[in-house]
Amino acid sequence: MMERTHKDHAQLSDVFNEDEPRVNWHDETLWWVRQKRDRAAHGIPEFELLRETASQIKNNVLSNLSDYLVQFEANALANGIIVHWAANAAEHNRIVHSILEKHDVKRIVKSKSMLTEECHLNEYLGGQGISVVDSDLGELIVQLAKEPPSHIVLPCIHKKKEEIGEIFHRHLGTEKGMSDPQVLTETARQHLRETFLTRRIALTGVNFAIAETGEFVVCTNEGNADMGAHLSDVHIASMGIEKLIPKRKHLGVFLRLLTRSATGQPVTTYSSHFKTPRKGQEMHIILVDNGRSAQLGRKEFRNSLKCIRCGACMNTCPVYRRSGGHSYHNAIAGPIGAILAPNLDMKEYADLPFASTLCGSCSNVCPVKIDIHDQLYKWRQVIVQEGYAATVKSVSMKAMAFTLSSPALYRFAGKSGRLFLKYAPFAVSNQMNPWYKQREMPEPPAESFGEWYKKNRN
Amino acid sequence: MSREKILAAVAANQPASQPLPPDPGMNFPAGDLVEKFAAVVTAIGARVVGIGSVAEIPARIAELFQGGRIVSFIPELAEIAENDISPATDPHTLENVDVTILQPHFAVAENGACWITEDLMGHRVLPFITQHLAMVVTAEQIVPTMHQAYDRIAEGAYGFAAFIAGPSKTADIEQSLVLGAHGPRSMTIFLVGL
Ligand code: SF4
Repeated sequence: MMERTHKDHAQLSDVFNEDEPRVNWHDETLWWVRQKRDRAAHGIPEFELLRETASQIKNNVLSNLSDYLVQFEANALANGIIVHWAANAAEHNRIVHSILEKHDVKRIVKSKSMLTEECHLNEYLGGQGISVVDSDLGELIVQLAKEPPSHIVLPCIHKKKEEIGEIFHRHLGTEKGMSDPQVLTETARQHLRETFLTRRIALTGVNFAIAETGEFVVCTNEGNADMGAHLSDVHIASMGIEKLIPKRKHLGVFLRLLTRSATGQPVTTYSSHFKTPRKGQEMHIILVDNGRSAQLGRKEFRNSLKCIRCGACMNTCPVYRRSGGHSYHNAIAGPIGAILAPNLDMKEYADLPFASTLCGSCSNVCPVKIDIHDQLYKWRQVIVQEGYAATVKSVSMKAMAFTLSSPALYRFAGKSGRLFLKYAPFAVSNQMNPWYKQREMPEPPAESFGEWYKKNRN
Repeated sequence: MSREKILAAVAANQPASQPLPPDPGMNFPAGDLVEKFAAVVTAIGARVVGIGSVAEIPARIAELFQGGRIVSFIPELAEIAENDISPATDPHTLENVDVTILQPHFAVAENGACWITEDLMGHRVLPFITQHLAMVVTAEQIVPTMHQAYDRIAEGAYGFAAFIAGPSKTADIEQSLVLGAHGPRSMTIFLVGL
């Protein structure tokens, strides 16, 4: 079997960990976001009821997805929206390109869409001679830096303002040494206003699509999706097929949860409901599968499709916070990325389910109650059983330590979850955590992978 | 065709149907709606300006803003504002609008959001492209949570609509909050009867 050429999570996080003050800063910044989430969640007593309701709505969606897709399509068509279906990333990218070709457009503006990251749309369009400008400030910064986003909600959370100042100095002509966020944001505003005003085609993501009405909702704080969409002749919205919700009233549940979980805000600045194209405008929706229907068929892992991409599991994850988003070498990092990626390519992402302490903090904050840490644990079994762990030459002592020590940690978290959660940030810096240069051989788990896998296979 | 392929794969792989849960209800502790709304609006970076009646707005606009191109469809503001913006307007011509004053359908106490449909915007891009945005809200228009909000929305039809909560903002640079990302730099709520 061929070996992977790029570095795995453990090696990439070693690189990230070379600069210890930066790791501490990254860790603290994300923990601060996590604390804002807690304050927002505790601010409404019905928060747990909302999580349970959202989880059940998503269960209903996944179990009736084919009907909801057909219903959504019919309503969207009746609303005057053109609907496309893409089986995979390549087809999605070709559809986008064909729309651009039809309108003879070579430059587009895009608002945040993790799906287009997943599909590597920018690289594809770049190869076709199309220029794409990412308009979310964080995404613009990483785009100028020629890097992928390191977080699904906070794309440049790994960058210091001085580095951003340097990027702006080189690309947007700000004064050298200028790193004031106010000045840099104003510069981006002026620069992108020009872009919004001159692009005829805008691409946006989709946060929620409603089967009952055929409309879709896009949430931003910056207003960039709206600036792009309302100034363009053609609006293309790309969405994964799991983004559907049955009824409009369900938005009440999801919008109450989304930003409280993400950043601790009560709601995003803009929750825009697109139902029909504006007069004279063309509106497209691309429904993308790209492995989702397969994940739906994996009983143990289908819950990952409930994700609303709030990022809470990343902000709370002691491993994400101390290894950085890029160490996951996947468009979606963190705990959720680690359970989505192996579905797409088990060999390529064999290392990711091992990048966790299985402390369960992710599952505790997830607004749709995905059993994230259970799924990480199960992926490990599958990966080992399928023989992929062995082909990953660099599953180092560190990763093995993770695996073997995890059931104990897992049980500990289960029994005394509250206590563990409270002290989890400290656990990161003591010898209990394999991230901290621990090299002893851990005790083997009571149940072997093989036993577990046999029991759970069917 | 990918459509058939995807639908067949989804139908084959989806689990047995699970029912929708009951709605979470609406009877959550709300407190004083006006007070809550005003507090949240302030917390999200907007400002609340209490007024006795809409007739006071032109004077307050003169105090609060530096003039420039002002747009509003409120009849009492006809003297100071343009009102001939429509869906037929070329959106690019709105690039230099400084202040826009709109009347949403209602506002939400728990998050400070105002619900506005496209028929109240003149043009879809206006609430986003304007440098400063103001909304006129009366106490009776404030609902407690998003659940009541969607209950009310069910009555209306729209091609485009939005909840707008505060000014455009970003914290992408080291989590420092900056107001005025791509949309309005400021959001003013004229709270009538406060
Ligand atoms: S898995 Fe849950 S917590 Fe993580 S991004 Fe998705 S919805 Fe948010």
